[in-house]
Amino acid sequence: MGAAAEPFLEVEGLEKVFRIRRRAGRLRRERVEVRAVDGLSFTVPRGEMVGFIGPNGAGKSTTVKMLTGILAPSGGRLRVAGLDPSRERVELTRRIGVVFGQRTTLWWDLPLRDSYRLMRRMYRIPAARYRENLDRCTELLDLGPLLTVPVRQLSLGQRMRADIAAALLHDPEVLYLDEPTIGLDVVSKSAVRRFLADLNSERSTTVLLTTHDLGDIEQLCERVLVIDHGRLMYDGALAGLHEVGESERVLVVDLARELPPISGLDGARTLRTEGPRQWLAFPASASAAPLVGRVAAEYPLVDLSVQEPAIEDVIARMYAGRTG
Amino acid sequence: MVEAIRRRAAVFLWGVRAYGFIAGMWVRSTLAYRTSFLIMATGNLLTTFLDFVGIMIMFSHVETLGGFTLAEVAFLYGTSSTAFGLADLFLGTFDRIGTRIRDGTLDTLLVRPVPVLAQVAADRFALRRLGRVAQGGAVLVWSLLRLDIEWTAGRVLLTAAMLVSGGVIFGCVFVLGGAFQFWAQDASEVQNAFTYGGTTLLQYPPTLFARELVRGVVFVVPLAFVNWLPALRVLGREDPLGLPGWVDLASPAVALVCCALAGLAWRRGLRAYRSTGS
Ligand SMILES: Nc1ncnc2c1ncn2[C@@H]1O[C@H](COP(=O)(O)OP(=O)(O)O)[C@@H](O)[C@H]1O
Ligand SMILES: [Mg+2]
Repeated sequence: MGAAAEPFLEVEGLEKVFRIRRRAGRLRRERVEVRAVDGLSFTVPRGEMVGFIGPNGAGKSTTVKMLTGILAPSGGRLRVAGLDPSRERVELTRRIGVVFGQRTTLWWDLPLRDSYRLMRRMYRIPAARYRENLDRCTELLDLGPLLTVPVRQLSLGQRMRADIAAALLHDPEVLYLDEPTIGLDVVSKSAVRRFLADLNSERSTTVLLTTHDLGDIEQLCERVLVIDHGRLMYDGALAGLHEVGESERVLVVDLARELPPISGLDGARTLRTEGPRQWLAFPASASAAPLVGRVAAEYPLVDLSVQEPAIEDVIARMYAGRTG
Repeated sequence: MVEAIRRRAAVFLWGVRAYGFIAGMWVRSTLAYRTSFLIMATGNLLTTFLDFVGIMIMFSHVETLGGFTLAEVAFLYGTSSTAFGLADLFLGTFDRIGTRIRDGTLDTLLVRPVPVLAQVAADRFALRRLGRVAQGGAVLVWSLLRLDIEWTAGRVLLTAAMLVSGGVIFGCVFVLGGAFQFWAQDASEVQNAFTYGGTTLLQYPPTLFARELVRGVVFVVPLAFVNWLPALRVLGREDPLGLPGWVDLASPAVALVCCALAGLAWRRGLRAYRSTGS
């Protein structure tokens, strides 16, 4: 059938316009149009893992809502696994999994296990497959001790892991994650990343991960789509994004004591110092490892971390690069 | 055409089944806290019971109310209260739809393969609402024992049909009110006026009220079909508007029309849903 060659997600000239009424002055109200998504086009083949990145208000969530059939597009064409999401929403539900970072699909007042049982009946998941999937998620996402706990008592990180499991019990072909790592602790964050990487490589589930934090997708997605004001700004490898934007990452080092600014390291410059802590900028397209090695060799290094460039800065440089 | 009807029926049945297992999950989880359930249920029963005590006190001063005896008023009260109780039991948490629309949590229901109506209706299903049905049923049974009526098969059938259609009509008002909230965000007050206000109205004889009000209740909001019109027939009385006799038997048909309207409004409402920005 040539299904492999056919794109799994097809988005062509997609638009979404919200007409809202806004207060203008004390009594007067005016109607304004918000073009949340403005002529977006891209395709994603089956089994790919794509980062969908942009600043707050860029139109990421709106796009995901159209891909899942929650919202009908104002214009353009949209196909997911050959289906039109808003018209064939119910049919599509069995084939997709969705995790909204801001809201849970679980039942607040029920123990986690009861939520999963409801999912099983709603999606009519065969018992054996349900058990297998639940066991796997429980183990990899470390949910075992949480199954008897009412969802409202879970921490944000626990709830997010529980939500990801809930979205995968019915073996969806594609998983949408809308800001899944927002507000997560470091341990949960890396557990989620590892889990998603496994899911994608072992089950070849297509994954679309939305975020405004470049750090989230750095270890996950070979391909990123950058959107701003509802338009596609970049489509390609993450490394390429850094080259286009000529953006910099920042190495934060904690030294054993207060020292003069680190200097003489190729390709790195010290931004500022504060007591024993120093900030070094280096090109985002370069690896941090050699730089770390040299700092460690020449200075009394205690601790370090790497900060990704803010997506707003990357986009600002893109605009500058286009006009200049 | 046949295919389309068959598909609709399948969706409907699946929705009913899904309602069943979601409600069942809530029942099981509330029964886990048995004492708190018992307290709530008893409280519910007591408050609704006091409601009827008010009417009985009124009758300690007068012989009849609008020409109706205590037993007849109890019949009106019992039928309307039971019908409302049934709707309230199955769809009572439906007004939470307004919150879901405003805060965008309806999103999560839309990505599941179960009709959204069933999911919203079954959410937080509470058995303690049986209290109202029990109280209405008790008053109804009491009135049946006191009424001086010959219980022909026709009267029994009419009374049963009245309870079911009445429940369905009230239920449709719940759904219509919910659907309306997709457009107007504060419609729940209006809907409460219809349902809670409506049931209080229907507990009294129609002869008590101004003719215009009665007419409005018959034609604009079809609440009179819940019990007034069929109950007057059962009690062997004339209705104050002098409507043709077949109208008294029209409740099931009116209930069906209400279902069609409520279903239509609900579907249009869902299509108008626009979620929220984060
Ligand atoms: N339901 C809605 N009604 C009105 N405006 C909305 C709605 N959803 C999103 N928007 C607006 O559309 C734009 C894009 O929002 P969104 O897709 O949530 O962005 P992102 O997820 O990238 O932060 C924002 O300006 C937002 O205010
Ligand atoms: Mg968002």
